[in-house]
Amino acid sequence: MHAIRVRCRLFARYAEVTGEEVVEVEVPAPATVADAIAALRERLADGHRLPARPLVARNHAHALLTDPLADGDELALLPPLAGG
Amino acid sequence: MSVSHAVRGPLVLEPLIARVSATDRGATASFLGTVRAGPDDGPVIRIEYSAYEEMLDLEFDRITAEAAARWPGVAVAAQHRLGTVPLGDASIAIAVAAPHRAAALDACRFVIEEAKRRLPVWKREVLADGTTAWRDNEGGRVPGRPTPTRPST
Repeated sequence: MHAIRVRCRLFARYAEVTGEEVVEVEVPAPATVADAIAALRERLADGHRLPARPLVARNHAHALLTDPLADGDELALLPPLAGG
Repeated sequence: MSVSHAVRGPLVLEPLIARVSATDRGATASFLGTVRAGPDDGPVIRIEYSAYEEMLDLEFDRITAEAAARWPGVAVAAQHRLGTVPLGDASIAIAVAAPHRAAALDACRFVIEEAKRRLPVWKREVLADGTTAWRDNEGGRVPGRPTPTRPST
């Protein structure tokens, strides 16, 4: 079993509450977006302040928590959107 | 050619209209979204927009492509302003040209609605006393970390 490395990015309020903008996490393969978010919440001191089921993007496109991850993916946790 | 949709500075509609204009497009529709302070918003002195910029560009491109597929002959140009935006200034500008008016108006409405629903952009209000709040498009308002009241870009 190998590990999948994911680059997690945090924005706006999520960056503010955790004090982090980029965090690398590793999860055992196979893994989903939800697995990486669980690992991220565990890894950060204030990770519990991140929602367990946030809006997410994988490799710059909106994604589902059930989507599979590949090694090297970029995962973004998106606070409620406010564009326009 | 794909161009950046993020702008740090005042938005200007005319260049966007020029970009979509063509002799076979007889109708042009445009939309400007401007920063406002409602009666219940308190003494907001500025609004700060931030974004996941790599995705912002790609998501705007995807929305534009969807509009072009849905309304043949439509051309779209759109920009979102980031950084500090004073009250009354535009935060988003959209120009849509089409062969006929129905497509131009419908596609313009589609682009702004999808932009509000999908663009990875966030808005932080700064109040006169230095308190801040994160606002979202669903009406959410969550207190943020206090900040100096001096503008940032």
